[in-house]
Amino acid sequence: MKKKYIVILFCLIGGIALFTFICFSGKKSSNINKPDAISYNFQVRPILSDKCYACHGPDANKREAGLRLDIEKEAYKALKDNPKAHAIVPGKPGLSELYIRVSTTDTAIMMPPASSNLPTLTEAEVVIIKKWIEEGAKYEPHWAFVPPQKAPLPKVKNKTWPKNEIDHFVLSKMEEHGLTPNEEADKERLLRRIALDITGLPPTPGMIDSFAKSTDPNAYEKMIDALLQQPAYGERMAIPWLDAARFADSGGYTDDFYRSQWPWRDWVIHAFNENLPYDKFITWQLAGDLIPDATKEQILATGFNRNHKITDEGGVIDEEYRVEYVVDRTNTLGTAILGMTIECARCHDHKYDPISQKNFYQLSAFFNSIKEVGLDAIAPAKNPRMDITREDLNGVLSFITTSRDTAGLQVSVMKDLDTARKTYILSRGAYDQHAEEVQPGTPKSIMAFPDDLPKNRLGLSEWLFDAKHPLTARVFVNRIWQEIFGRGIVKSANDFGMQGELPTNPKLLDWLAVDFRENRWNIKRLVKQIYMSATYRQSSAIPPEKLKADPQNIYLSYAPRIRMNAEMIRDLVLASSGLLQPIIGGPSVKPYQPPGLWELATAGRGTLTIYKQDHGEQLYRRGMYTFIKRTVPPPAMLIFDASNRDQCEVKRSRTNTPLQALIMMNDPTVLEASVALADGLAGKKIAAQAAVTNAFKRIINREPGKQELDILMQYYKEQEVYFKTNPANIEKVTKAGEYKMKNKAGPETAALTRLVQVIYNMAEAITKT
Amino acid sequence: MDKELLQHGLNINRRKFLSRMSIGLGSAALGSLLIPGLFEGSAEEEAGFIPGIPHFAPKAKRVIYLFQNGAPSQLETFDYKPTLNKMMGQDLPESIRQGQRLTGMTSGQKSFPLVGSYYKFNQHGQSGAWVSEIFPHMAKIVDDLCIVRSMHTEAINHDPALTFFQTGAQQGNRPSMGSWVSYGLGTENKNLPAFCVLLSRGKGNGQGVYSKLWSNGFLDSIHQGVQFSSGENPILYLQDPDGMDREARRKMLDKVAALNEIQLKNFGDPEIATKIQQYEMAYRMQTAVPEIMDVSKESDDIVKLYGSECLVPGTYAANCLLARKLSENGVRFIQLYHQGWDQHGNLPNEMRGQGRDVDQPSAALITDLKQRGLLDETLVIWGGEFGRTNYCQGAMSEDNYGRDHHPRCFTIWMAGGGIKPGMVYGETDEFGYNIVKNPVHINDFHATILNQLGFDHERLTYRFQGRRYRLTDVSGTVVKDIIT
Repeated sequence: MKKKYIVILFCLIGGIALFTFICFSGKKSSNINKPDAISYNFQVRPILSDKCYACHGPDANKREAGLRLDIEKEAYKALKDNPKAHAIVPGKPGLSELYIRVSTTDTAIMMPPASSNLPTLTEAEVVIIKKWIEEGAKYEPHWAFVPPQKAPLPKVKNKTWPKNEIDHFVLSKMEEHGLTPNEEADKERLLRRIALDITGLPPTPGMIDSFAKSTDPNAYEKMIDALLQQPAYGERMAIPWLDAARFADSGGYTDDFYRSQWPWRDWVIHAFNENLPYDKFITWQLAGDLIPDATKEQILATGFNRNHKITDEGGVIDEEYRVEYVVDRTNTLGTAILGMTIECARCHDHKYDPISQKNFYQLSAFFNSIKEVGLDAIAPAKNPRMDITREDLNGVLSFITTSRDTAGLQVSVMKDLDTARKTYILSRGAYDQHAEEVQPGTPKSIMAFPDDLPKNRLGLSEWLFDAKHPLTARVFVNRIWQEIFGRGIVKSANDFGMQGELPTNPKLLDWLAVDFRENRWNIKRLVKQIYMSATYRQSSAIPPEKLKADPQNIYLSYAPRIRMNAEMIRDLVLASSGLLQPIIGGPSVKPYQPPGLWELATAGRGTLTIYKQDHGEQLYRRGMYTFIKRTVPPPAMLIFDASNRDQCEVKRSRTNTPLQALIMMNDPTVLEASVALADGLAGKKIAAQAAVTNAFKRIINREPGKQELDILMQYYKEQEVYFKTNPANIEKVTKAGEYKMKNKAGPETAALTRLVQVIYNMAEAITKT
Repeated sequence: MDKELLQHGLNINRRKFLSRMSIGLGSAALGSLLIPGLFEGSAEEEAGFIPGIPHFAPKAKRVIYLFQNGAPSQLETFDYKPTLNKMMGQDLPESIRQGQRLTGMTSGQKSFPLVGSYYKFNQHGQSGAWVSEIFPHMAKIVDDLCIVRSMHTEAINHDPALTFFQTGAQQGNRPSMGSWVSYGLGTENKNLPAFCVLLSRGKGNGQGVYSKLWSNGFLDSIHQGVQFSSGENPILYLQDPDGMDREARRKMLDKVAALNEIQLKNFGDPEIATKIQQYEMAYRMQTAVPEIMDVSKESDDIVKLYGSECLVPGTYAANCLLARKLSENGVRFIQLYHQGWDQHGNLPNEMRGQGRDVDQPSAALITDLKQRGLLDETLVIWGGEFGRTNYCQGAMSEDNYGRDHHPRCFTIWMAGGGIKPGMVYGETDEFGYNIVKNPVHINDFHATILNQLGFDHERLTYRFQGRRYRLTDVSGTVVKDIIT
């Protein structure tokens, strides 16, 4: 109790202080028509980093004139070539070479020089540099390397709108920019949104009706809780992690043989469904094998670091590829967990971030002692590997979905050599160019590696989850935010470094990060918190004035409309038509694929030269189970921007192309689903309008509007007439994929099939609205 | 940022943009057709670069790349080395090998016996270039070619070498050359993709190709190579289902558009407007692409020129003819791959077959482009991913031997697109092992191609993960000697 009072008192004091501050600063800005103090982190450093660091930054080998501008005391020093001059004289832009040279038009001294191929500073950027120097040229540590702290909740004018802490932060930004939130989305669209976000599947008509009718004030929260309990939640959450973990079903190089890593994928789904806390989720994957008395589940989790591409090309030089695997693991740690582009330091000191080449190899040393070779014997699992026995499948690994051929199942996992391999800095990143020997360690600029931790992968995991670690929590909550809102608070989810984007709402990011850690890295809690916010529940209508004021929706004054990802589109088509087989996990499957793709791109060696399409229920599995042969990934997925799983990827692009239109028009999966849905409706023997409405509800998950219904009914009637006069075409239209009709197809079914195709091709069908 | 400053910045960019517009309004408009959101700008996009507008006047508008996948031996095609015939069976002198690393396939060999070409060589044309007897048709057009005998690479295995050629890096998920060109130039034809890929396979020992090679990497997927195939669906998912004629499709798409319009009105999301346009383009592609694929209207002379195989879909000959048609219709980058050039053994037999596949159609393509007045603006490239060793791999007999991979020298040719015709560039030593004159690295090769297309390879960049990436990574010099 006592603790609680203290917290409230603090909030009060904080609130008053903040209130005073706002009043004061409000007055200040209204009286003096001049921008606030220049922020080093938000305005100056991005300019210096982008336009100067390439030659005056952390990379010692490329540094010109001995000058570095990324460190305060270096930038203030007398210039090496001209000891009378200084790059920066605080308060005096006229005496600062930096300002003189970026503002001049004299090409002889202008910076950056034309030879750098870097664009010159814009006039606005020059003004920023000038003002910053005038104000004292104060440096600040890079925001992402300072441990996050919870700021007090910002005060907002509209006190009734916020539903939880998130909303305070979001609304305060909106108000700062003269924006007001949208009203809450209607119940139907909101339900579709949470169902898609939480499970990756559309709501069923039953769910839609009961949610619409419910008068329970907690109906929304109850729906969220129910959805979070569905096993489909784990599948949906797994997909972005499979991208980050570059999970696939083949080796990835020439010949591209089969690999059996799928039990690891089943574990990921299981871990999300069990709500394994994020610290354990990562620790098991990085170091499960090193945990004392490790269970087979913990060892299986380490498959994460063996998902990378592995060559089977005869004649390659073993060490060249072994090094490549170690580098891949190091890069993946950087992108997936640290949100840093540390791969830049493989060949030279990082040009923008304080990560030296030595740092890179120190990090790589954690992954360099695996009992592995570059070119192993051809087998679905490469050494070191783990056997999965019948006993495991009935016990500790019971979450793995077995099939007929699980006898002798093996999966690649991590296991260290008895004696650690020596790690060297590799000159220019070349596998055979050993330079200085290094020990496992982490970059001090992020956070020094504590002396008391073991210098192995387990110690590395502890380092990541230290309460003072500046990146781990921020990077993860940002990616969750990105997944839900389509854009991270830090837009460059893969780069929190100097060249990355700045957070659009830094206090919100930090609050979420600290809150996540304080609540023991509870992932379900984190996502529920976001779904419960008023921010999330807004309508996605874009009033023209908001489109003008904030076209990228940075301040979230409306809910984003996001084209669904590749897997979700397939799942929506299968689920709405009733074809979906909701089997969790198991070996990857081979649904319809245009003929000849694998066959034309092979030298004829190995088990994956011919695409043997599956039949029966395996044709109707969720998109995440589609077999990924890395060198020829499933085309319909790629066209919708899925990852080719070549390397760690934490941000998919979201394009809108004619090839996508062709898929929705002609992919047998969509055509078959249209027939199946029409056939199912025909079996109900209901009136045409009811059937049309029902189809619309199953796909778009709401009642059609009057105008929409008119268009659809008109089309239906036209088509019905057409098929009555052209009965020969009925069979052609109602035959798709391997679907077997349950009812005899007449003109009505054919017309309905066409109608369903129209609905699948609506933009809204494949959009989270 | 302060609003005033922001506004100022926007004005400056607008001014910069307008000044660039004045040099190429037409191409900017074209670029925008295939690059949605072109003028919206994004943080990842380059400030100083407008897609669809080259840096300077281009000499080539389009590229056709006849990739010989598996790496044809330079010693049996264009790099004539009689010394190897004279020294047949003798060991490769260490003074020549100089510690060059070997693949795991021959590093265990006790000796490295030199082996000369099984085929005869003759000099041809005004240029007097040496061409092997397996390429009689190419020999006839040798005065249109620039033969570069001094290519070199770092990779010694197929996967990294191919990836290097296509993306400028041996490892990693970088954009393909064609994707860079699509990004840089946009499209000339709003009904066709800017970057098309055509595959064929010979009977020789092969190495697979893979869609990673025409991947857009970190560029938007609109720049991904679109694979054309010989079956019913020249482009994936292009063909309408059974029972759907053009009229029915039109009617259906009209309804889809009407429904999307309602959403656009209610929600104001510009992405919906884009979607409506993309469906229209898809509809147009459904007519445009099959028209291009149809070779039935080609004259007898053309069929005779390319050889009758050009009527058999999926052959190299058919792909060469198709490449001409696509190029003629404004496709920027057409990438062919012909598989089967990996002669570790059985070389004399296999290379003759491979030669038969590609000789006549490759030469025909040049002749055909020339007679249409298109060769000047079309850059054609022929070659593989590395060279082959001058010593024998495995057992050697008079009419049977093999060659392992060799990165230090190999031969390609280029034609048209502002490349000097009738030229032989670069030289290797008498053993055909090391380059002795004018080496051309893959980065140089890429820089030269981009130069012909009007781009400074150091300035055609894309910012990703905080770094400006380019096709030539951190090096590359335009080979000025070979350009007109």
